[in-house]
Amino acid sequence: MSETAIPSSIQAAPASPAATPVDPSSFLRDKVRWRWFETVFWLATLLPFFVAETYLILASQIAITALFAVSLDLIVGYSGLVSLGHAVFFGFGAYIAGLLSKYGWGEPLTGLLVATAGATVLGYLISFIIARITHFALIMVTLGLCLLMFELANKAHWLTGGDDGLQGMSMWPIFGIFDFDLYGYTAYAYSLIGLFLSFLVIRRIINSPFGLSLRGMRENVRRMPAIGASIKRRIQVIYTISAGFAGLAGGLLAQTTQFVALDALSFQRSAETLVMLILGGAGQLYGGIIGAMLFLVARDQLAGMNPQFWYFWLGLLLVVVIVFLPNGILGSLAKLTSRSRRKP
Amino acid sequence: MERRALFRRGRLSRPAYPNVNGLPVTPRIASLLFDGFAYGMLLFVLSVGLSVTLGMMNFVNLAHGSFAMIGGYTTVTLMRSWDWPFFATLPVAFLMAAAMAVVLERIVYRRLYGASDLDQALLTIGIVFMSIASAAYIFGTTQQPIEMPAYIRGRVEIGDFSFGVYRIFLVCAALVITAVLVLGLDYTRFGARIRAAVDNQRMARGLGINVDWIFAVTFAIGSGLAGLGGALAIEVVGLDPNFALKYLVFMLIVVAVGGMASIRGAFITAAMLGIIDMFSKYYVPEVGAFVLYAVMVGLLVWRPAGLFARR
Amino acid sequence: MSISSSPTLASGTSAAPGVAGPIVLETRDLQKKFGSLVVAKDISIAVPQGGRYALIGPNGAGKTTLINLITGMLKPDSGAIFLNGQDITQMAPATRVKRGLVRTFQINTLFPTLTALEAVTLAVCERRGEAGVWWRSLPGYGEAIAEAYDILSSLNLAADCERPTRELAYGQQRLLEIALALATKPSVLLLDEPAAGVPRSESAELFTAIAGLSKEITILFIEHDMNVVFRFASRIIVMVNGSILVEGAPAEISADPRVREVYLGSGYHD
Repeated sequence: MSETAIPSSIQAAPASPAATPVDPSSFLRDKVRWRWFETVFWLATLLPFFVAETYLILASQIAITALFAVSLDLIVGYSGLVSLGHAVFFGFGAYIAGLLSKYGWGEPLTGLLVATAGATVLGYLISFIIARITHFALIMVTLGLCLLMFELANKAHWLTGGDDGLQGMSMWPIFGIFDFDLYGYTAYAYSLIGLFLSFLVIRRIINSPFGLSLRGMRENVRRMPAIGASIKRRIQVIYTISAGFAGLAGGLLAQTTQFVALDALSFQRSAETLVMLILGGAGQLYGGIIGAMLFLVARDQLAGMNPQFWYFWLGLLLVVVIVFLPNGILGSLAKLTSRSRRKP
Repeated sequence: MERRALFRRGRLSRPAYPNVNGLPVTPRIASLLFDGFAYGMLLFVLSVGLSVTLGMMNFVNLAHGSFAMIGGYTTVTLMRSWDWPFFATLPVAFLMAAAMAVVLERIVYRRLYGASDLDQALLTIGIVFMSIASAAYIFGTTQQPIEMPAYIRGRVEIGDFSFGVYRIFLVCAALVITAVLVLGLDYTRFGARIRAAVDNQRMARGLGINVDWIFAVTFAIGSGLAGLGGALAIEVVGLDPNFALKYLVFMLIVVAVGGMASIRGAFITAAMLGIIDMFSKYYVPEVGAFVLYAVMVGLLVWRPAGLFARR
Repeated sequence: MSISSSPTLASGTSAAPGVAGPIVLETRDLQKKFGSLVVAKDISIAVPQGGRYALIGPNGAGKTTLINLITGMLKPDSGAIFLNGQDITQMAPATRVKRGLVRTFQINTLFPTLTALEAVTLAVCERRGEAGVWWRSLPGYGEAIAEAYDILSSLNLAADCERPTRELAYGQQRLLEIALALATKPSVLLLDEPAAGVPRSESAELFTAIAGLSKEITILFIEHDMNVVFRFASRIIVMVNGSILVEGAPAEISADPRVREVYLGSGYHD
């Protein structure tokens, strides 16, 4: 039997306090603290008010889509689930907000609240299904639910306006003061605040123990029950939360444009948002926002382009990003900076 | 908006039943049944490749519809530009789609065999986008009509019942293909290797089976069948650049509900899907595809691995 | 010397002379087969508290399968499993963990991009029931983090606790496997080849860590290295082809001709 001398540095007992006490919490605190470029970013979002006023409406669209993308990131980027049909909640929230306004209640904030609540409930109901299936079945179910809702909304044009969209909305001024003007000042301010506040909440969720357990689920779903975690319940919670935020974004869209198009519920929207997220980098907190910005600005600039070209280059971009930049733009940047930081 | 039209999930135009409206109920039901079954056979040919490759490599290939489209456009080009007879174009449609599959697999797909479902899905969606845009650019966005030889265009009358000759041909072709596949899988060495690779990839590798090569060949054959299906589909459902996405959903339903790597499952599900679709379009057109999706979701929640899953 | 292959013991009695303590882990007649392949047949074991049991046998004997059955990752065709006298056969895997039945994996089943500290903190938070909280920031859970850090220190991983798991050396990752298990404060610990893939020079560190574990924790470990087995195990269970061949003290096992024939080989010397 070989006997190895046990080095004194290796002990089974807890390490005795070292000369310089280490505060392990500081490691984790470092990761979650607010960074300077985040402040810069959010200040920059105020620019359209002063510099690019003609783009206020586009900016408000970006803010809304960014929120939707971030809500999708919660389940795709952080929890490792697949969803090809997240627009279900976006569209549902939009239609609720739209119908409320159309039938007389045009108060924005309460309407938004109801839209969010509705989407949350829908998300809660659907989460029971989502938590129980994986892989291909999950892909098909999320796709199927989205197509199903789309068909439903399409056929129910007495309610939704069908292909023509929901019209006849009229929004009251926010707080009785801020009218939804044609230029988009109110719209952008409204959407931006909605995005920012939601973002703060989502940021807190991601940096919480729950967020850590989501990442654990993403990294190794097999290990989670082995440390005592009930993944079904986690999935249900995050799916519900994500649906709520998606619905909030949808409500914002309806209220700021005073119109709901059928495509708010479509597979196209779900797929496009996924593209934005992958482009910016899933699981990177700001990935959805950056992706939405790039995607929508590009689409706006290339609006005159033949739609066939657009879809071709979009497809090519998707292929290139997935093959060469699997972590998206932000992810690749993060890798570069961490590598350079580690060079002695 | 042209862009919207490009992706509008349109529906199979209501088939024309020349004499059905005047006929008593039974022949009408028989017609619907038969046409639905024929449509299902078409779906089977389109989907069976996807079922096997998904079951074997677990690779989510949403671009399967694009391969079908390649076959369809090959036939159109050969018939329109070079006056080829329809039946002569079929093998070429098969080969073109298979060749494209090989190229794509070597260059792009194999980099992502270990990747997540989402990455694979998005990658292949990107390829679908590219294929649709290319098709629209080269061939335009309208439907591509082709002239079938006269002998296949007519109808066959048996008493009160009337069947389209082309649909009879579809059914026969699909049955032949099914027989070839099943016999090939069960009685050839190559088929045995395929079955081994599907059942347990690691063990198959351990036994010295070149799984990568098996997969490449299977993928090529499956995609080739999709191309063949695309060519066959022109007469039944038409061909436009939207085909890749429009019928992808049906193919996915066949595979998901039928169970991966199950030829029997794909056959039965495709047949059922075709029949249900035909009946619902005729009797309850206002409901649309809603019921179809709802049933699919319900079935998948009940049996996530598919109704006829192997494991 | 009579060797019983399926000891029938009631809870509350000791499994072997000289080892005190009530039976904490017991299985009764576990059966499992996949089609015609029998992976578990009449498996009955009884491990007392504080026991250091080794589970040995040739590859494919069903050792990992047994651990999968005990932890609930695999459902037995028939038979029962008892933890501290309670029937847990129908219990979900996560619930068994919460009751103190924890395992490690033969192949590293870790969280690649999480740092070691995050991973162990996660396990600690799960145990403390804090992992469902989404409204408070993680750094606020100083106690949990400190506990995680202590566990890592005891396994000599503190210095690298800030590095992502996938950047750790293989031996460190195996230690992290154990750290994750320790974070759940197990009463029964099932170690599946803890030193698998770790070179001889580094495995000493690993086993010293295991040896240093509290005597209150009951350990059942799968191992191929006989030196380790004879050094740490108080009792050995030998499995072959899904059944228990024999069970006994190390000296008995090494002398048993059947075991030698099946597993140790005739050239082994104590």
